[in-house]
Amino acid sequence: MLDMKNIRKTFNPGTVNEKTALNGVSLTLEDGDFVTVIGGNGAGKSTLLNAVAGVWPVDSGSISIGGTDVTRLPEHKRAKYIGRVFQDPMMGTAATMQIEENMALAARRGRARTLRPGITRDERERYRETLKILDLGLEDRLTSKVGLLSGGQRQALTLLMAALRKPDLLLLDEHTAALDPKTAAKVLQATERIVQKDRLTTLMITHNMKDAIVHGNRLIMMYEGRVALDISGEDKKRLTVEDLLARFGQATGSDEADDKLLLG
Amino acid sequence: MAGFLSALPGAASQGLIWGIMAIGVYITYQILDIADLTVDGSFCTGGAVFVVLFAGGVNVWLAMLAALLAGMAAGLATGLLHTVCGIPAILAGILTQLGLYTVNMAVMAFKSSVALPITQEDMLDKLLVSLRFVQGSKSGYPIWRHPVVVVGLMTAALIAILYWFFGRELGAALRATGSNQNMARAQGINTDWAKVLGLVLSNGLVALSGALMCQYNGANNIDVGRGAIVIGLAAVVIGEVIFGRIFRNFALKLLAVSFGAIIYYVVITAVLKLGDLNANYLKLLTALVVAVFLTIPYWKGKYFSKPVNPAKKEELPHA
Repeated sequence: MLDMKNIRKTFNPGTVNEKTALNGVSLTLEDGDFVTVIGGNGAGKSTLLNAVAGVWPVDSGSISIGGTDVTRLPEHKRAKYIGRVFQDPMMGTAATMQIEENMALAARRGRARTLRPGITRDERERYRETLKILDLGLEDRLTSKVGLLSGGQRQALTLLMAALRKPDLLLLDEHTAALDPKTAAKVLQATERIVQKDRLTTLMITHNMKDAIVHGNRLIMMYEGRVALDISGEDKKRLTVEDLLARFGQATGSDEADDKLLLG
Repeated sequence: MAGFLSALPGAASQGLIWGIMAIGVYITYQILDIADLTVDGSFCTGGAVFVVLFAGGVNVWLAMLAALLAGMAAGLATGLLHTVCGIPAILAGILTQLGLYTVNMAVMAFKSSVALPITQEDMLDKLLVSLRFVQGSKSGYPIWRHPVVVVGLMTAALIAILYWFFGRELGAALRATGSNQNMARAQGINTDWAKVLGLVLSNGLVALSGALMCQYNGANNIDVGRGAIVIGLAAVVIGEVIFGRIFRNFALKLLAVSFGAIIYYVVITAVLKLGDLNANYLKLLTALVVAVFLTIPYWKGKYFSKPVNPAKKEELPHA
């Protein structure tokens, strides 16, 4: 479903702030793969997702989604294939617009915006039903402005919107990191439900190793702009945190990264 | 006092005409979150195009349409400078505005003021609005030709069209762009195109307002648009402060902008007539009024905000 070949990205080239964030990453996701991504600060996790989403062009390499080469497509054109949830709960929704208006925008992801109605009566009914899956009572607040919702509610809504029009690829960028533990757990549950329901091909960054082990069928660990570990199948099911740390040490020849990982 | 009362219908008429411009400003300033300074130039462009075409014998509606299109072109210039050339929106507007001075002069054959042929009865009769239609029964013009009626109807029609438009997919894309560009792009909205479209729409309305003001005054002056953006902002903030709590619907919000412009003009007229003030004080007065109205909501938020309930705070990690 996703095919990344030898992606490189350097920020601020030629300056003192030069930083090679992606150093020749290749990654292939099969249809229905749910991949969790871990790694310390600056390992290139978010950069990887932004490269796929097309936030900026990559320096070299190619990216294709479902067989379509998207390497040169701008962000808003790639949106046709991609559902996204960001780390910042404020980033994924339009605060000054209503819940139903936000959903209507998401339902039109990847389609030309014309002079057809921005939202129809049928849609409203459908959204009311869809919102029930979150179990947050949002189905009774369709016309509330999203800015009135809490961070957790906004994040859950963003998640729902990302999957509203079945995406070829779902990108979750530490989408529970900014939430309190209870809310984070709830949003993660909702994530699992939504991903399972449509068997969505998913890339989920998390800072929590346990979450990375519990969720998904495959786990990758990033280190210095590269995929350092790639664990899937039965191997992944048996994985423990200690295991993971040990194998990371072997793969990279570094043990000082342990703290960085646990803290990051 | 009598002077003020007799000036009231004229003030309301001018306020309504400025109101159309202010609705244009609302589109950029409130919906798109861009302070567009093109307005000062495109207002005059509308008047310049109208005065030249109408004096040349073109039908009044066609001349209005041409003014609208000229304003849209000005908006397009700012939009392209901003999105294609990557110039910050405020600077892009200033550049277009500066350039428009020459364009406006050229349109008016390098005269700083061009009059409409309103001394000819038949030409005057063809205009949609004029100061001469205001003067009640003396003027001999029927009440339905009063500028308050004519511009009022035009404003209502414009609000209806904009209400319709912003409820469409494209209009919603514009609102999303102004609200959160990241979100808009993630939902597949071309935010650059949305901004250009908003600027085009806005400046079209501004130029239309300029064409009406030119008819009202019977002439177009090269300086007519100076400070227009500030008057537009004044209308937007006055409308918001006075009607914000009761006008929730989008159409009513636009109406509030128009009312804001009328209130602004009536207040200014009152100050000038009752205070017997020199009209040259107007610009400073306007700047002060807008500064005060923009300061109030900021200070309110900064110094008088209610403490957040600590129990709820946990739910809002980023608030």
